[in-house]
Amino acid sequence: MNITWYIVLSSLLFATGVLGILLRRSPMVILLCLELMLNAGNLALVAFSRMVGNEQGQVFAVIVMVIAACEVVVGLGLIVAIFRRRLPLNVDDLRELRG
Amino acid sequence: MEAVVFFVAAIGALGGAIGVIAMRNPFYSVLALIIHLFSLAALFLLLTAAFVAAAQVVVYAGAVMVLYVFVVAYVGGGGESAWEPIPGQRLLAPLLAIALFVELSIAVLGSALKALETHGPDVNEGFGDPAAIGRLLLEKFLLPFEASSILLLLAAVGAIVLAARRREVEA
Repeated sequence: MNITWYIVLSSLLFATGVLGILLRRSPMVILLCLELMLNAGNLALVAFSRMVGNEQGQVFAVIVMVIAACEVVVGLGLIVAIFRRRLPLNVDDLRELRG
Repeated sequence: MEAVVFFVAAIGALGGAIGVIAMRNPFYSVLALIIHLFSLAALFLLLTAAFVAAAQVVVYAGAVMVLYVFVVAYVGGGGESAWEPIPGQRLLAPLLAIALFVELSIAVLGSALKALETHGPDVNEGFGDPAAIGRLLLEKFLLPFEASSILLLLAAVGAIVLAARRREVEA
């Protein structure tokens, strides 16, 4: 398979993640869509690493996984904190910081 | 054979991604994301990235998704209202996503990277296996490796601080 196929698939997955963030209002699903976008970036990194024939791109993908894990942990902690304070789990209702 | 595996995995990844944004119940969204992650691991294997594929399955589909399932079970999946804060959001959002996809594709296909049309150079047996990645992580990328371990520790402490019970603040 050409590398082009992987890159086009990666941009399709990224666009799907963006669509989810634009459409959904539950913070949980928005976090999942962030995961989709990070994974699309990972796929592109690994595909380009294969194209060049160098493993360093795969190290980047592993580091991106670490960042994604951190983001999930902090995001889920925020969701639990929101839930504990009996606030609505809806990003349109959580508008206190909006200017 | 490679093409068949690619298309099956690509359909799985895309179907999982669409499932994540289409499912009403967050629990089903998490399950769809697990399908997506397994399909991506197959794609990583096709790209001879064995270590990344293994990390994807063990860390992502294993540990991170279990965390998601726990939080979904704790918070519960509430239904979302169909109220649109911006008029026409449900119409405009897919248009924007399609425009982004077209733009990204043009950017990639219009680039003068000649190797995009190949399947990459021939690599030897140990390409992308844990030994090779481990050597890179501990020699060339030692500083980012240690920095990411500190970042993980900070994230764990931050999550505990965020999610801990604080009676005196709430009272």
